[in-house]
Amino acid sequence: MANSSFTRRGLGLLTAALLASSALVAPAAAQTPPGVLVVGQIAEPQALDPHAVTAVNDFRILMNVYDGLVRYASGTLEVEPALAESWEISDDGTVYTFTLREDVTFHDGSAFDAEAVVWNFERMLNEDHPYHGTGPFPLSFFFSAVEGVEALDARTVQFTLNEPYAPFLSNMAYPTGLIVSPAAVMEHGDDFGRNPSGTGPFRFAEWRSNERVVVTRNEDYWDGVAGTEAVIFRPISDANTRVAEMLSGGIDMMVEVPPVALSQFQGDGYELVEQAGPHVWFLILNAKEGPFADKRVRQAANYAINKEALVNDVLEGTADIAAGPTPPAFAWAYNDALEPYPYNPDRARELLAEADAEGASLTFYVTEGGSGMLDPIPMGTAIQADLAAVGFDVTIETYEWNTFLGRVNPGLEGKADMAQMAWMTNDPDTLPFLTLRTDAFPDAGGFNSGYYSNPEVDALLEAARVETDQETRAQLYREMQEIVQDDAPWVFVANWKQNAVTSGAVENFQLEPSFFLLLKDVVKN
Amino acid sequence: MGGYILTRLLSAIPVLLGITVIVFLIMAMIPGDPATAILGSYATPENVARLNRHLGLDEPLWRQYFIWLGNLLQGDFGRSFALNRPVLDEILDRFSATLILAGTAFVLCSALGILAGVVSAARQYGLADKAITFVVILGISVPSFFLGMMMILLFAVQLRWLPVSGMYSIWGGGDVPDLIRHLTMPALALSVVATGVIARLSRGAMLEVLRQDFIRTARAKGVHERRVIWGHALRAAMVSIIPVLGIQAGFVLSGAVYIEMVFQWPGVGRMLVDAILKRDILLVQGGVVFVAACYVGFNIVVDVAQSVLDPRIRT
Repeated sequence: MANSSFTRRGLGLLTAALLASSALVAPAAAQTPPGVLVVGQIAEPQALDPHAVTAVNDFRILMNVYDGLVRYASGTLEVEPALAESWEISDDGTVYTFTLREDVTFHDGSAFDAEAVVWNFERMLNEDHPYHGTGPFPLSFFFSAVEGVEALDARTVQFTLNEPYAPFLSNMAYPTGLIVSPAAVMEHGDDFGRNPSGTGPFRFAEWRSNERVVVTRNEDYWDGVAGTEAVIFRPISDANTRVAEMLSGGIDMMVEVPPVALSQFQGDGYELVEQAGPHVWFLILNAKEGPFADKRVRQAANYAINKEALVNDVLEGTADIAAGPTPPAFAWAYNDALEPYPYNPDRARELLAEADAEGASLTFYVTEGGSGMLDPIPMGTAIQADLAAVGFDVTIETYEWNTFLGRVNPGLEGKADMAQMAWMTNDPDTLPFLTLRTDAFPDAGGFNSGYYSNPEVDALLEAARVETDQETRAQLYREMQEIVQDDAPWVFVANWKQNAVTSGAVENFQLEPSFFLLLKDVVKN
Repeated sequence: MGGYILTRLLSAIPVLLGITVIVFLIMAMIPGDPATAILGSYATPENVARLNRHLGLDEPLWRQYFIWLGNLLQGDFGRSFALNRPVLDEILDRFSATLILAGTAFVLCSALGILAGVVSAARQYGLADKAITFVVILGISVPSFFLGMMMILLFAVQLRWLPVSGMYSIWGGGDVPDLIRHLTMPALALSVVATGVIARLSRGAMLEVLRQDFIRTARAKGVHERRVIWGHALRAAMVSIIPVLGIQAGFVLSGAVYIEMVFQWPGVGRMLVDAILKRDILLVQGGVVFVAACYVGFNIVVDVAQSVLDPRIRT
């Protein structure tokens, strides 16, 4: 047949095209070069301006580029000196005087001094400051107690508070307290977030949208030179792709390993690192109306939910069971005597019978995902089944994270009986103060979306906040935890253990309870 | 010819205006606002309201629309809330990446699809036809993102021939071979479905042409079969293949969204998904309008190309 020659040629072309595409393929994918640490991140950072962002994902980069006056000592949440060598607190707890380290310069070459510190806080807190418009500064309320900041001399800076405020130092160690170069903000204005300059162990080198953020070693770092020449942060938002990158050697380290992928990193060549952090995953119960207005029903929900199954089966052991509102990571303030509500469906049924609430219908807000929410949909359905087993009739309503926050934060009244929530905080004060006080009801500007109110808890929290003696403060928090656990305004579910995987080429890496990623001492071979 | 092109260009204006209205209204209607997204867990209604005021989102909707449109007409796409950078810069950065990916996929699917279709038609019901048909049906049926993941598993994780994701190697790199290595899997995954569709339709178009008198005449005059197929028949069939290519170009462009997610390709598709999740209104609006304008422009090119091949269309 005449056309046979042509088809053979056609098929030949097809094969040739396929072969050509594979001929371009190099024999083996190159590994990452020595001295350069490639970190797989969960998302693109929003900005590298520490005062303008709220996401842990961004903090993981920021903590390596900037320093604060103080920082959390490695492996703990205790505050130690950083850019400030020392500090004094006035007897009434309202005046903090910091003595700054000498001979520190910002990466852009400008000098770090007391004026720079004053400028940083003025930018955030003073609406008339010429660079206040480079915000917004969503976490500036961490410093709302600050009445004035003053440079006494080049090496001394003084903060005056309007009342004693115990979390002040740990807030200073949080990314919101990191010190940026005023000269760089003045130069770049609104674009400072993409042209950051601090005093940290790494200086910013490059940011290519959705490809990489590169930081290189600061050879003049005051606290010793970093162990790697450079760190490259790669945003890889798809968890499967992140795992594949790790398995193929394209990255040296990944954070937030999906529970289902953990088993792939058990073998040689990888190290799995875990660290409990100040995280609580809980269910907000609507204490104002509906069945959960009765304390016995709230307790019943705590007994009815099998938290062990949630942390072991759904989360594959990546979390511990929570006993109360304060995560154990705040070791000094945590009440060790608290035991989590045991899984006891019979006790739950008894309590429901006592409260005459059998067969109650509940509306349950579940989110699709969000900061610290772990695996919210499977957790939500497991909780629904546990509650159904003791006689609740639970209807789940699922919302995308931003919509979810928009529904939950203004309060559950008239909408829902329970909602999932998770918080990661830096001080034992933050979470209960913002979510469990009567004065923190949503209409008062707080996050007490379930309208829990107990005057004793209010008094304890107010007292703890102004108490400067740590042991007395701890005592107040421990007492608060006991009352809150018994009142059960929430179902206390889980404390997340953050995890990361590193390749065999990475040494000296550990995770911090603060959820930050401190890479200065990490060595990449 | 010039008049025809002008008419087509003018007819694009109401389309683009319609798109600005639709995308603006959709972004206004979806729940959740940028302030909540920016403030995260710390979003109190009070802070949300203050930030919305700061972002100019407390103005009446119609005013917001006209302010946005007015700026747009002057080439000002506004500033992304979430990325804190001009929207147009971000779009231009990302669009080149998408063009490389979608363009390669489009060239691949057009070339392979037409080739497969012509071969199939020339050997109707023969072995080659059956084999190609089998592969094509398989290709059309497998979702491209699934295929992408399977390719990653095989070629990147198991065999380590190709990089898993990204557009360039992160250290240095940046040259063309490096780009091609990164491009191979996503472009193939993205082109598979379109290749199948184009192959099926090209086969049909060719079969129709091959039955016509002028082909019989050409063969009778002793024209070489290769010339009959690739010269006479394919040229005639192209009139019906080109509109299909235009539609497939659109599919490839929209399919790029999934593929960009799977392969972390730094393109517009991924940018839009991220922007929607972050309620980054101006970036979403700007991105959609930009892509739509490209899409409309591409359709005009297709129409014009078709009218060159088939002058009847112009009248």
